[in-house]
Amino acid sequence: MDLLTHLGIEGVRMIVGLVAVIALVSVNALFLIWMERKVAAHMQLRPGPMEVGPHGAIQTVADAVKLMGKELITPEEVDRPIYYLAPIVVFLPVLLTFLVIPFSQTWIIKDMNVGIVLILAFSTLTVLAILMAGWASNNKYSVFGALRSVAQNIAYEIPLLVTVMSIILMVGSFKLTDIVAAQGRYWFILLQPLAFILYIICATAETNRTPFDLPEAESELVAGFHTEYSGMRFALFFLAEYTNMFIVSAVAAVLFLGGWRGPILPGVVWFLIKVYALIFLIMWFRWTFPRVRFDQLVTFAWKILIPLSFVNLLLTALALKIF
Amino acid sequence: MITQGIEEKTFWLNLGPQHPSTHGVLRILLEMDGEYIASAEPVIGYGHRAHEHMAENRNYHQFLPNMGRVDYLHALAYNHGYCMAVEKLIGVVVPERAEYIRVITNELNRLTSHLLWFGAYLMDLGAFTPFLYCFDDREHILDLLDQVTGSRLTYCYYRFGGVPKDIDDDFIFGTRAFIKRLRSRWVDYHNLVTKNVIFIHRAKGVGIFTKEQCQLYGITGPSLRGSGIPYDIRKSEPYSAYPLFDFEIPIGENGDIYDRYIVRLQEMEQSCRIIEQALDKLPNGPIMAEKVPKRIKPAVGEVYQAVETARGEFGTYIVSNGDIKPYRIKLRVPSFGNLSLMVESFKDNLVADVVAILGSIDVVIPEIDR
Repeated sequence: MDLLTHLGIEGVRMIVGLVAVIALVSVNALFLIWMERKVAAHMQLRPGPMEVGPHGAIQTVADAVKLMGKELITPEEVDRPIYYLAPIVVFLPVLLTFLVIPFSQTWIIKDMNVGIVLILAFSTLTVLAILMAGWASNNKYSVFGALRSVAQNIAYEIPLLVTVMSIILMVGSFKLTDIVAAQGRYWFILLQPLAFILYIICATAETNRTPFDLPEAESELVAGFHTEYSGMRFALFFLAEYTNMFIVSAVAAVLFLGGWRGPILPGVVWFLIKVYALIFLIMWFRWTFPRVRFDQLVTFAWKILIPLSFVNLLLTALALKIF
Repeated sequence: MITQGIEEKTFWLNLGPQHPSTHGVLRILLEMDGEYIASAEPVIGYGHRAHEHMAENRNYHQFLPNMGRVDYLHALAYNHGYCMAVEKLIGVVVPERAEYIRVITNELNRLTSHLLWFGAYLMDLGAFTPFLYCFDDREHILDLLDQVTGSRLTYCYYRFGGVPKDIDDDFIFGTRAFIKRLRSRWVDYHNLVTKNVIFIHRAKGVGIFTKEQCQLYGITGPSLRGSGIPYDIRKSEPYSAYPLFDFEIPIGENGDIYDRYIVRLQEMEQSCRIIEQALDKLPNGPIMAEKVPKRIKPAVGEVYQAVETARGEFGTYIVSNGDIKPYRIKLRVPSFGNLSLMVESFKDNLVADVVAILGSIDVVIPEIDR
């Protein structure tokens, strides 16, 4: 009781929220992996997992159990402290970003006034973990993956931030709930279609998904930065990747698709529908496109995406001044 | 080699023998300058099975099944080359119907090889989905060939003097239906792959083979035709029933991996044309020559026979000393020459291009390691 009074209502809210987030992250990853396998399968004229549970629904649970039972192999020449830390570092910031995501008007752990900045800052930390993992593994393919990842993330972070800025300009607040509230009449995807396209491209690159999956390009780098990881350590990278996908889609839903807004159904349902629709879009990319080459990827970011995002910002500013 | 001539700014990257896109057990040592390649050296021999030596220790019939296992993707061309060489040696004339059946099955096999290449190549470029579409198409051919040859991959169908099993109406009907289906699929392949911006950017201007280089290294097959040299054994040294059919030799212009891709796709269409004509004109008659000796004991002599496989010129050179076993068999395989030039063209390219160029040559490593 003392503890509760000490923490206050905010503290209790945080603890309950974090437990809920961990549960959500796990269930979401299990679902997304199953969804990816099903989406891939149906695009490839095959049924996908069918054995464990109806339509293979609990296949990923079985996979997770298998991964937990696996031996954690540590190659001899790795830089141990960093090698051990990397899977944790990749996962923690992912959890923290959930603090500010508004699932509905009331379903939000902490409605911070710097919400969007916090999300972008924490999602940048993933690069650090990838660099740690790649460098510590003492494997040339891993280093390649890590170096590619850094170059890629720096290149795509800039257009992402500038694109988000153009939305912030329209709303005048970093608060995610304010951004949703500002979309009472029109979703921002209608007012800012170019920004939406830019955001989706950058988000795909940020989450290392095909056609921008160079840090882990299977046919070139074997498995990229996580080549030397096995068992649950590998699973943590996997979990982080899928959770990142959820986060970028959630941010896109808030920025462009009106967040929890929608008729009849409760806000949370609308929010999740929008998020999973966007995730489906990103999966669709993966199973349709070949991979771009590394130099083309960086050139594309610096020569096309960054100028376009600045043009978009400028046009937004002009439009706001005029109207 | 490994320790010599390395400058301090470069380092070695070992690609293979266990790597997702070396198509078998090829190992390539890459001297890297960052992500760029300074030099490359292939290491072959991981799948060596001494086929040529095996030939010296068994009689002509017993060596026939080996030919399905040298290039397992276009096994029937190897069957064909070897059978024709032995037929030349013992002077057996193959009946017309058997020649037609050989051409039909051979071209179907070429289609499976090209389809598999198409899927695997795009997988190397990072697109997974086309692979399964190709396998869906390929499955139909495998079923058809299974009906006549009795196996799905390592065929041993041709015999000295003809073929052992005739094709039936079921097969003919199935083949016609398949060709119709395959043609309808090409619209999808072209829309989703050939016109894809990412694919075009990955493929154009990469891994260029010049005409001079091709002639220097003895490149054959689609890799040579991609560079603009219209050399195809089926036309230049016609064999079997090929001169009776009307087909074209598609060629490229620049010799980059995009041209090799286009050439292979067009070749599939030409294969379809050949099969259709052969089915239309299929004569009646025996499928096996009369008076093929049970025990083959050719006179002293030498014979060479070249055929066009999906990868290029395959030549069988047999030396007979009058025994029931060949004195020596030398197999000239296309992938060996193709691989040698490929390594040359890696220079100053990225790791991603290595995989793309390797895929575009369509090497079958067991063929090199025969």
